[in-house]
Amino acid sequence: MDVMPKWADVILIPLISILLAAILSALVILAIGENPWEALKLMVDGALGSTYGWGYTLYYATNFIFTGLAVSIAFHARLFNIGGEGQALIGGLGVAIICLFIPWPHWSLALLGAAIGAAIFGAAWAAIPAFLQAKRGSHIVITTIMFNFIAAAVLNYFLIGALKAPGMEPATAKFPEATHLPSFQDMFNFGETTFFRGAPANITFFVALAACVALWALIWKTRLGYEIRSFGHSESAAKYAGISPTKIIMVAMLISGALAGMMAINNVQGEAERLVLNAVEGAGFIGIAVALMGRSHPFGVLLAALLFGFLYQGGAELALWTSIPRELIIVIQALVILFTGALDNMVRMPLERLFLSMRRAKNGRTV
Amino acid sequence: MDFATLLQMLDATLRLATPLLLACLAGLFSERAGIFDIGLEGKMLAAAFLSAAIAAVSGSVWLGLLAGIGASVLLSAVHGLASITFRGNQLISGVAINFLAAGLTVVIAQSWFAQGGRTPQLTGDARFNPIDLPFAEALRDVPIFGPIYYELISGHTILVYVALLMVPLTWWILFRTRFGLRLRAVGENPAAVDTAGVSVIWLRFAAVGICGILCGIAGAYLATALQAGFVKDMSAGRGFIALAALIFAKWRPWYALYACLLFGFLQAMSLRSDVIENVIGFQVNGQFLDVLPYILTVVILAGFVGKAIPPRAGGEPYVKER
Repeated sequence: MDVMPKWADVILIPLISILLAAILSALVILAIGENPWEALKLMVDGALGSTYGWGYTLYYATNFIFTGLAVSIAFHARLFNIGGEGQALIGGLGVAIICLFIPWPHWSLALLGAAIGAAIFGAAWAAIPAFLQAKRGSHIVITTIMFNFIAAAVLNYFLIGALKAPGMEPATAKFPEATHLPSFQDMFNFGETTFFRGAPANITFFVALAACVALWALIWKTRLGYEIRSFGHSESAAKYAGISPTKIIMVAMLISGALAGMMAINNVQGEAERLVLNAVEGAGFIGIAVALMGRSHPFGVLLAALLFGFLYQGGAELALWTSIPRELIIVIQALVILFTGALDNMVRMPLERLFLSMRRAKNGRTV
Repeated sequence: MDFATLLQMLDATLRLATPLLLACLAGLFSERAGIFDIGLEGKMLAAAFLSAAIAAVSGSVWLGLLAGIGASVLLSAVHGLASITFRGNQLISGVAINFLAAGLTVVIAQSWFAQGGRTPQLTGDARFNPIDLPFAEALRDVPIFGPIYYELISGHTILVYVALLMVPLTWWILFRTRFGLRLRAVGENPAAVDTAGVSVIWLRFAAVGICGILCGIAGAYLATALQAGFVKDMSAGRGFIALAALIFAKWRPWYALYACLLFGFLQAMSLRSDVIENVIGFQVNGQFLDVLPYILTVVILAGFVGKAIPPRAGGEPYVKER
């Protein structure tokens, strides 16, 4: 029997963890001589106070939904895919090749093609660490870390070599007009008032939402999802039930890599409309924080991604208007990972004790 | 390539291998005790910043070194708290520590020095300066041996020699002392150690603490010896290369030295691509040399060249039966 009711596990613990992270972040802001309350107001205003701010918040959130889902599906199979960064980089390579070398007639087809390409490239990059884990027993965390670095080098190689556009910058040429995705500005333009003017959020956001639903269905409504979850709970029990560990490790990591790779349709095809160096900008790692905070549930990932989208856009506004550098967001991200991931038991143990004593008190009265 | 260039390359190898070696031995202590540590990078970075900051303010590199070790040990304590006391996921804790260091160093550096996330340039006693070993000048003209002694062996900062001495010391501690035996046992079978009446918690905290000290020295070396001051993200993946070296060395001290020298040599080569081109006749992509350590590690992990078997209880929190 569980000690705690489900709502406490799903809502209370993440909330307390976030509160702890927020308090420590406020202390950091205080320590560098700024006012945390003013900073929060500035962040809320900058990220949520206008459709422009929302456009950025949702753009960042789209990235984080993909990488968060990628980490989540791996978590369900008790695999820690720390290589979302590299998989998203390689996914970007796939998007660039597909957008540059195939003459697409219309953006919708280009979106479909690029999404498939990004997924295949991302999945391929996850396949080697997955294979080594499944067949050779080499630790997936170590290999995916190594593959992040190798991915950065591969990308660099192509951007100063085969795919480089004329000019000084290590970047590809601009993608053709037909592959440009409709932005929120194009989609929500009602005559006189233009919403989301100049913001990078685009149709990929809805692809991300669809991915959330699809992954939810996969994990909880299909036989494969059941197998993945059983494998994650107990490898030996899953083996006994006739589930092949090799298959689960490979499939979970391929889906994970594909999701991380698909982030590239947002940032490469949707926003930059060309491939540049370091296009992912750490979103692969934020996926870890997002997945931990969202408890590896697609809906939780969505909420956590929105929160991090807000933090990212708000942090950019902070850096613009105060002396607080953008790196503060990395600190907050680290604290969220620390409290919701590594120090989970620190919050959980006292809470469990509390619930236990509450239940005892209640039972005592009824007896 | 002439003899002088070769010596220069080897000299650079030694300098670049030093932080890798210190971090690698740090990871060795921790992982041999069953605590995975992918936060080596973050601890080095934090130590690099605080050592440079304190050295810049106080003018004394020794105070800087102490502060750097302090910063690193503090992060180690967080890692220990998360992974030993609260039995959390050691890998996630390591990731958090890396980001914590990457963010905090820049935020604090900007707040203290307002130079875009760097510390002021260190000069004079605020840096570790090269020390000449005895007779280096006198023996310089002796053929072959003279230049080797003068260029390669003499003229490094003290931390280089400390790092090299740490290799036999680590070997001795791990394989010739009671503490070392227990430390290795706690990484293989903590229940047995517990049954013998030795505290698993204490041993693991000790290992994590040693790891913090060594990472602190590695970070201080980066900012006060290899370079003159802290810049944003200056550890530049060295913590992960050290981790790669640790696997390459299969968690053994002497092999760690060889692995770090090899990876240091690769780094030295990528800095001198002109030399490589002269020797082998065609251009090698510098990027390729930079990621070669990672590729080699993956190959090792794949089991094509020997098999790397980590300590058996690595990554698992120890739960005493109740």
